[in-house]
Amino acid sequence: MPKRTDIHKIMVIGSGPIIIGQAAEFDYSGTQACLALKEEGYETVLVNSNPATIMTDKEVADHVYIEPLTVATITRILRQEAPDALLPTLGGQIGLNLAVALNKTGILDEMGIEVLGTKLSSIDQAEDREKFKELMQELSEPVPASLTVATVDQALDFAKMVGYPVIVRPAFTMGGTGGGLANNETELTEIAKNGLELSPATQCLIEKSIAGFKEIEFEVMRDATDNTMVVCCMENFDPVGIHTGDSIVFAPSQTLSDREYQRLRDCALKLISALKIEGGCNVQLALDPNSYDYNVIEVNPRVSRSSALASKATGYPIAKLAAKIAVGLTLDEVKNPVTKTTYAQFEPALDYVVVKIPRWPFDKFSKADRRLGSQMKATGEVMGIGRTAEEALLKAIASLEIDQKDLLSREAQEASDRELEAKLVHPQDDRLFYIAEAFRRGYSLDDLHELTQINHYFLDIVAGLVKEEGQIARAGLEPATIRQAKQDGYSDATIAQLVNRSPIAVRNFRKQNGIVPVYKMVDTCAGEFDSATPYFYSTYEAENESKRTDRPSVLVIGAGPIRIGQGVEFDYATVHCVRALQKMGYEAIVINSNPETVSTDFSVSDKLYFEPLTLENVLNVADLEQPIGVIVQFGGQTAINLAAGLEENGIKILGTTVKDLDAAEDREAFDQVIKDLGLRQPIGMTTTSRQGVLDAAKEIGYPVLVRPSYVLGGKAMEIVDNQAELEAYLDQNEAVTGSHPILVDSYLEGTECEVDAICDGERVLLPGIMEHIEHAGVHSGDSMAVYPPQSLSNDVKAQIEDATKKLAVALKCIGMMNIQFIIHDNQAYVLEVNPRASRTVPFLSKVTQIEMTQLATRVIMGTSLAEQGYQGGLVQESQLVYVKAPVFSFSKLGDVDSYLGPEMKSTGEVMGADVSFEKALDKAFAGAGMAVPNNGAVLLTIEDGDKAQILPLAKRFNAIGFALFATCGTASFLKKHGLPTTTVAKLNEAGQPAILDVIKDKGVDLVINTMGHDDEKNSDGFIIRQTAIEHHVPLLTALDTVAALLCALEMKSYRTTEL
Amino acid sequence: MQRYLVLEDGTIYQGTAFGANQETTGEVVFTTGMTGYQEAITDQSFANQILVFTNPLIGNYGVNLDDNESLLPQIKGVVCRKLAHVATNWRMQDTLDNFLTQRGIPGLEGIDTRALVKKLRRYGTLRGRLVDQTEGITQVIADLKKATPMKNVIPQVSTKNPYPNPGTKRNIVVVDFGIKHSILRELAKRDCNVIVLPYNATAKQILSLHADGVLLSNGPGDPLEMKGAVEMVAEVEQHLPVFGICMGHQILALANGAKTVKMKFGHRGFNHPVKNVATGAVNFTSQNHGYAVDASSIDPTKLLITHLELNDQTVEGIRHKHYPAFSVQFHPDAAPGPHDADQLFDDFISLVDQRKKGQN
Repeated sequence: MPKRTDIHKIMVIGSGPIIIGQAAEFDYSGTQACLALKEEGYETVLVNSNPATIMTDKEVADHVYIEPLTVATITRILRQEAPDALLPTLGGQIGLNLAVALNKTGILDEMGIEVLGTKLSSIDQAEDREKFKELMQELSEPVPASLTVATVDQALDFAKMVGYPVIVRPAFTMGGTGGGLANNETELTEIAKNGLELSPATQCLIEKSIAGFKEIEFEVMRDATDNTMVVCCMENFDPVGIHTGDSIVFAPSQTLSDREYQRLRDCALKLISALKIEGGCNVQLALDPNSYDYNVIEVNPRVSRSSALASKATGYPIAKLAAKIAVGLTLDEVKNPVTKTTYAQFEPALDYVVVKIPRWPFDKFSKADRRLGSQMKATGEVMGIGRTAEEALLKAIASLEIDQKDLLSREAQEASDRELEAKLVHPQDDRLFYIAEAFRRGYSLDDLHELTQINHYFLDIVAGLVKEEGQIARAGLEPATIRQAKQDGYSDATIAQLVNRSPIAVRNFRKQNGIVPVYKMVDTCAGEFDSATPYFYSTYEAENESKRTDRPSVLVIGAGPIRIGQGVEFDYATVHCVRALQKMGYEAIVINSNPETVSTDFSVSDKLYFEPLTLENVLNVADLEQPIGVIVQFGGQTAINLAAGLEENGIKILGTTVKDLDAAEDREAFDQVIKDLGLRQPIGMTTTSRQGVLDAAKEIGYPVLVRPSYVLGGKAMEIVDNQAELEAYLDQNEAVTGSHPILVDSYLEGTECEVDAICDGERVLLPGIMEHIEHAGVHSGDSMAVYPPQSLSNDVKAQIEDATKKLAVALKCIGMMNIQFIIHDNQAYVLEVNPRASRTVPFLSKVTQIEMTQLATRVIMGTSLAEQGYQGGLVQESQLVYVKAPVFSFSKLGDVDSYLGPEMKSTGEVMGADVSFEKALDKAFAGAGMAVPNNGAVLLTIEDGDKAQILPLAKRFNAIGFALFATCGTASFLKKHGLPTTTVAKLNEAGQPAILDVIKDKGVDLVINTMGHDDEKNSDGFIIRQTAIEHHVPLLTALDTVAALLCALEMKSYRTTEL
Repeated sequence: MQRYLVLEDGTIYQGTAFGANQETTGEVVFTTGMTGYQEAITDQSFANQILVFTNPLIGNYGVNLDDNESLLPQIKGVVCRKLAHVATNWRMQDTLDNFLTQRGIPGLEGIDTRALVKKLRRYGTLRGRLVDQTEGITQVIADLKKATPMKNVIPQVSTKNPYPNPGTKRNIVVVDFGIKHSILRELAKRDCNVIVLPYNATAKQILSLHADGVLLSNGPGDPLEMKGAVEMVAEVEQHLPVFGICMGHQILALANGAKTVKMKFGHRGFNHPVKNVATGAVNFTSQNHGYAVDASSIDPTKLLITHLELNDQTVEGIRHKHYPAFSVQFHPDAAPGPHDADQLFDDFISLVDQRKKGQN
């Protein structure tokens, strides 16, 4: 059927900020969808609150709104734009939920706006547990038997009926708290009792356990004429029991016979037809490893994380085709965008294996509960492609950007057998490495299968690789062994470790012996048809398919997996760098390992190499492509870390040179530059002894910021006001400070701000200054920021401009740099310089409308700022005010303290823009999900040291009609100052009301807590914060943020004065 | 042990041996199916062929008796990127390696199968030989160049004697040109009492069996060699419902004046989209054919094209305009492959039932 001509203008809803479970994959799908709609000639309106996305570029949609994703805002935009239709299935769960909510308000009917893609009724049918169960019964498709119970007896009766084991899932508790697997009556009695107590609704879902079943996912598509197809079938390494987002996943399915595969395929296609989905859909199935029995686990009636993975795994662009289907096109009339010769109605055939490994944030959150289960905890993922499962697995591990680069784990080696088995039975993020270690210790396949329930086939992949470790170590650098090792995915670095040589020695040996990689194309059809997809992966075989062209090329290094501190912002920068290079006539070649992103869409660059971001892999690509150079400025720290090694191997680093990159990061060299330029920075000293620290503090003057040079998880970083505190600090942190040099810096009270600047060696352009809302002590990535700055004098701005110009030129920056300042006594002090694009680049680019990355890329390629029409200096500020707010994923991660400190914790960001600071703030809070009513009640639990600061804030809350709740200390303090306050009982106090009940019962609308940020799991402060998060009560831990929130609330409040 | 695949164009691929220790010659073809290696290997349509799997891994779930498509596989050799070390499946009865060894089928793993497939795509099907040493390879190449295509393969794979697959209700005669067991399974599911006849069954023989319908099976090789069968069908279709699959389809076409042609590298795999011309519906089909019906040769007064391959427009299905006879180039019996088109067996059964009803 041809595309529809009765609609012209379509609104697409994005997925908002990056949170765990909803990450960069929706930037990829949303971008693809918008471009596909544009390609078909439709006018597009895009709404998303996340500025760090490609989809919010003006090139992607005709009308872009970066606004909070709330019903009110979208309603306003609907009235303003009057689109004919709404496409909600590409913006994750947020997009779907909003479409449902909008429909309920009646606005869609009123304006005659049609919902494209899957109908809302189908969405409801797929999402509502009961309706879904009914549909499955109608279709005779099996689902795990389940029942919601309110008593232990009901639970026991049901379990008797369906058989043990059963899973207990308490209703409305965070991350499945209080649930568990019961193998018999005794266990069920205990778990159900506990679960019912913990459940606010006194309800538990009892479900027959299918743990141990194989978990199989199908990505399926359907058009309006009921053409259906499977794009990709994926099989989880981990059996049912671990969230698929936290599972290691293989594609294509690895252990299914054709009979099993076809039965499951039939089921997946039956479901998509029954749900009448128009577009893409994800079906999760569980297959009994010992019979033909299977269960339907869940259906996602939309494009999902898995569909992004499936798109990258097969080359088949699901989101693009989902958008085309939504406007009435059918699969049998759209060309396959990969082969361009066949039609989109084509089930891809793979001639390689893909492995996805999730990227968890436990390197940042060392205290977090690392056990994996039904709640997803990963922030991102990596994908490895190889011709064998072994090769793909090792490439994926090498891509993770964690300490672990292969299966050789020191931690696992040091574990006792008991610890090892515990790690195998209770899966955590690192189970794979313990499996390898178990094989080294002589555990058999059967042993490990028994302990992990993982299929023998998958375990054997690891066993085989472990066995090979020994072979490599014994044989040393011997051509046949090394060739085999490379075919099995061993990196040069791992081989080097096994044979006691340097990675470069291994590389040289390989090259001398002609053991070099070839690159194979991802073409959707296993080579059956001719295709020209510029999408490659390396392997060690005979034929190389990637041919170097005559055009001068540039390698752009991506940022790898999304993790805390290195988010989608860097993918944004990578994509813009590519665009600029292409406009200049260069061939832009991307190397990246993250399947979720826009940069790994093969249609973005001239060539895409899907490879681990390691020196070895980048050098191999450079060997083949002979680029004029490599750009490392836009791929975050991952890319910067590769610069020195690349240069050592004769690869030109474009832009700021390696020597100058080092100068910015080497403390001593940097101090000298600051001194030479006559700039200010907080005085700092490094010392190694206790006495040295005390002396240094005295010399610098209190307060000082003290921390070990080697900081783990932000621990042991503290601001101390006097010698007594410092001594206490040293006593407390003896273990950490004993073995590492200590940094003592002058702590300056003041406003923090930062700039992203572009320098061509002579001129320096500052598109804008961003002022942080929170003072020092909160990581800049977790701070709210405002552009243009609201409290800086012109003089201070001039100081910042001057210092930035001087620093950029002195540090010989060519391209982009980020500088953080603190403003103390009207003087700008330099805190930190990063000689690369920072995470604020997309925000600043969007608000200043200066495509900073593209500008910087042209500078890097030799076009001066002047030639691009910029004189340099600080650009004139905008009229509108823009506020960026961080977004956190605490509710997904047990045991992580939500108290904001020097270590970054946020996973994403939103932007609010309006004519005034207060309005912009209000929107930013709304976008970040801080839904605080105009008046209500606030609970204050404040550390003694902060009491003086809380008073003015409490007064302001009181003035706009908020009721104040506080524990006795704070309450008596506030009462003493004439503020009516309700006293709540502390955790261990008797009395009413109890603090946790007040939070649980939503007796307050906001919790402000600055207590006990010592990372201790059982401290009162921690428990209060956890409770607020579990019960979705907005929580603030920094008083500066509270002040900002008050600004927004006061703006919306009315004055009530006595006549 | 090392093993080599030598092609007639002189290319030599070096890999590792598995399966039987035996040298073999055959036409080198490839399949893109990602599951179902056992069904493919036991499909007699691969007689005299060396089959290359584009899926890099085979052997991962072993083999079992239920999934065999014939008793004695006729395939000459198996080539893949990697044979799984460990196979697991609850139905597994043997490893693929053992299974092949016992049946005298050699295998080769560890070669760049993608490079090989691209060559076959470019140059069309080539003859090849699996050998275990490099000595005398020039002679091997020379022999491969000289060799003429294997003739009359169907008589080797077809049953020598009629046999029944008892059931009740409908009497169906199946003519065996190299039948896949899954065809018999589909008929058994639909209450058919089946008699399987050799490829050279005559119309007279068939009509004397008081059959309610005739199914023409799949089979290897060139349909033009099946002159006798073509004559048989030209007669039988006037009296009984006829359903042709794969080779059976080509024979039905020839019986009604159409021509067949050899394809460059054929269709082997099960992601081939096939469009039903009348309804527009597209199904994914299991295919294994190196010959096809020439669309331009079809006499529109006799035959109607019912199915077309979406991408290259190969004739995938025809129906007789006057007789209750139809056929498809693909395998509605799947195995391996999707079940999307199994409705066609129901269509055949309803033709059979309608005829029976009419007679009563």
